[in-house]
Amino acid sequence: MSLPLAVSDLLLAREQMAFTLGFHIVLACMGVGFPTIMLAANWWGLRKESDQALQLAQRWSKVTAVLFAVGAVTGTVLSFEMGLLWPRFMDRFGEAFGIPFAIEGIFFFIEAIFIAIYIYGWKRLSPWAHFWTGVPIAISGIGGALSVVAANSWMNQPAGFTLDAAGNVTQVDPIDVIFNGAMPYEVPHMILAAYMVAGFLVASVYAVGWLRGRRDRYHALGFAIPFTIAAIATPIQLFVGDTAARAIADDQPAKFAAMEYVLETGSHQPEYVGGILDGDDVKLGIKIPDLDSILVGFSAGTEVTGLDQIPDDEEPPSPTLLHLSFDAMVGIGTALLLLAGWYAWVGWRRRALPRSVWFWRAAAAAGVAAILALEAGWIVTEVGRQPWIVSGFMRTEDAVTDAGGIWISLTVVVLLYTALGVGTVLALRALARRWREGEAEEEGDVPYGPPPAMQDEVSGP
Amino acid sequence: MSPADGVAVVLWAAAMLYAILGGADFGAGFWDLVAGNAERGARPRAFIDRALTPVWEANHVWLIFMLVVTWTAFPDAFAAIMSTLYIPLSLAALGIVLRGAGFAFRHVVRGLPGQRAMGATFAISSIMTPFFMGTIVGAIASGRVPADGSGDLVTSWLNLTSITIGVLLVATCAYIASVFLWNDAGGMGESDLERYFRARAIAAGLATGVIAALGLIVLRSHARELFDDLVSDALPLVLLSAACGIATLVQLYRSGRGTRVLAAGAVAAVIWAWGVAQSPELLPGSLTIDQAAAPDSTMTALFIVFAAALLVVVPAIALLLNLHQRSLLERE
Repeated sequence: MSLPLAVSDLLLAREQMAFTLGFHIVLACMGVGFPTIMLAANWWGLRKESDQALQLAQRWSKVTAVLFAVGAVTGTVLSFEMGLLWPRFMDRFGEAFGIPFAIEGIFFFIEAIFIAIYIYGWKRLSPWAHFWTGVPIAISGIGGALSVVAANSWMNQPAGFTLDAAGNVTQVDPIDVIFNGAMPYEVPHMILAAYMVAGFLVASVYAVGWLRGRRDRYHALGFAIPFTIAAIATPIQLFVGDTAARAIADDQPAKFAAMEYVLETGSHQPEYVGGILDGDDVKLGIKIPDLDSILVGFSAGTEVTGLDQIPDDEEPPSPTLLHLSFDAMVGIGTALLLLAGWYAWVGWRRRALPRSVWFWRAAAAAGVAAILALEAGWIVTEVGRQPWIVSGFMRTEDAVTDAGGIWISLTVVVLLYTALGVGTVLALRALARRWREGEAEEEGDVPYGPPPAMQDEVSGP
Repeated sequence: MSPADGVAVVLWAAAMLYAILGGADFGAGFWDLVAGNAERGARPRAFIDRALTPVWEANHVWLIFMLVVTWTAFPDAFAAIMSTLYIPLSLAALGIVLRGAGFAFRHVVRGLPGQRAMGATFAISSIMTPFFMGTIVGAIASGRVPADGSGDLVTSWLNLTSITIGVLLVATCAYIASVFLWNDAGGMGESDLERYFRARAIAAGLATGVIAALGLIVLRSHARELFDDLVSDALPLVLLSAACGIATLVQLYRSGRGTRVLAAGAVAAVIWAWGVAQSPELLPGSLTIDQAAAPDSTMTALFIVFAAALLVVVPAIALLLNLHQRSLLERE
């Protein structure tokens, strides 16, 4: 290794954190958004006496069981990594940064408890009592996301603490920590993203089924319930995201300047769509004069802080990565908005699902697209904060562990998570195949089915 | 008692609950592993699976809770532990991933080879995780984690004291799980499984007692300060643990009542004995609870969180366990 050890360990630790977080965030989104979708199907099934909707809800609860289990372990890994990879961050700021996480602990507890009750309560709880045991899952999912993202937004705009001369935290104001400046837009942005990812991803599974000719009422409901929820979230998300970008221009100018290629401070900033930053040149991008200033302040005369105002050693490492990620997120979000509009238009005009095969192809791709947008957005906020781990207060290189040997844990993590991802997909596909073959019904596995006495014989691994 | 002491007490209470509930959970994995070949082990494995399924995730939230509370309330100690014990903590985390994944996928995978692979992953990681957690406890309790985190990356946890405590923790998990499973089998009227787990509970109880006694001898020569504290300040708790352990064995032998509470009491007393023995130090030899403490306002926030947890989480857990006991939660 020719690199100085500290630098390479820093990079490896960042890679490990990015990889494990990027993996967990998909599961976290499912944990936040999927229970609401499941409960919507459950509610619909009970109100409309729809067996198909109840069956969907029950099957989705099994999917939730698998995803929650995997999400719980990958989440546990992250709380280990906070200390293992960034001990000096915890050492210096744990007393402030930890508070939202402690609150998250309660939500996670509630979520785990009620998921267990809901998943295993299908047979012997009364239908409405069972439905209500699912509601705390959805609420605690939102509460948990709120807490964790409050902690992340605190890293972007730290607040609520006093430092002594040596840089140690002497006083903490928990309310200011939680309700820091970035929290009001980061939290709704993330929760809406979770609903979009969960909704578009679940719907995409049934869109694929639709394209393969499975066009019964079961598949129609399986598509419409999650897609409707995602379609409602999408326009709100574009509004929240737009607000967030404006707030970032004010509060996190280095991140904004890098992600929008603002090189020189001033008014009449152009907006670049795509493009690669090469020195002080933007290559290959489409340049729209004045648009960036207009987006930030609703007038071409709006002054935007550029990278020239940011000290060289405080600039985010890769503006091109940030800018392309930002464009990918916005582009996918806009495409999803058009798709949601198409769905709403047809639904309003014809009270039916769209017939065009192009709609279904797009809907089949929407799940993966939503995940890509999610990851792109996460890259913007995390890489855009670099070189800081706590913006303006602690550099990431000062937080990393000096335990060494991170390449070993990174290697293990990559192999393990690859297996975990493959395993999760295989497990879910096995479930789907079994359901298609109608095996479950033979087991007498009907929601709110016959009394337990008849089913006691059916057990086993 | 300072606010920091209060948080430390809550932390130890969480450790106690994790040792009992999470321990029963890990231990069930141990019995899964040693249940024999696919044919012979089918029935106990199915039973273990049924007993574990609805509650296993809730049992492990205690761990996350402990991590988060430690880094918030005692950030210096957390950073030191995480730096020095990087290796066993990583291995414990690895075990947690393997275990959760193995358990979750086993329910979905059909076909013997797949189930066997998943089951083995689950069972082996059920042993590996508590073992490494035990070595971590051993390293902290025997003063091998200095406050600046500069402890030896290997010898801090790879030493006779830590290994002994690791083995003791695995045995304790197996012991408490077998007692719980015996009770469950009795409650469900599965008399053959009742006999099966009773025999194992007695064996595990005896084994755990012997390992604990040997452990004290090891501590006496290898971690003298910890040993001295255990037989002075913490002696009543050590004796209480021994008494509970012996009473559990007697009641198991007579097929009597109260074994669950007694077995849990034996484990709980050991956890509190550890806490009393090393108090007022958080990292023996280098950092006291008060030195490690976060500012008071952080502690106040944590107490509000704890109060909320009592109000919300405890009734929810009671509901889950109640429904589980009444067999209203059923995996099809």
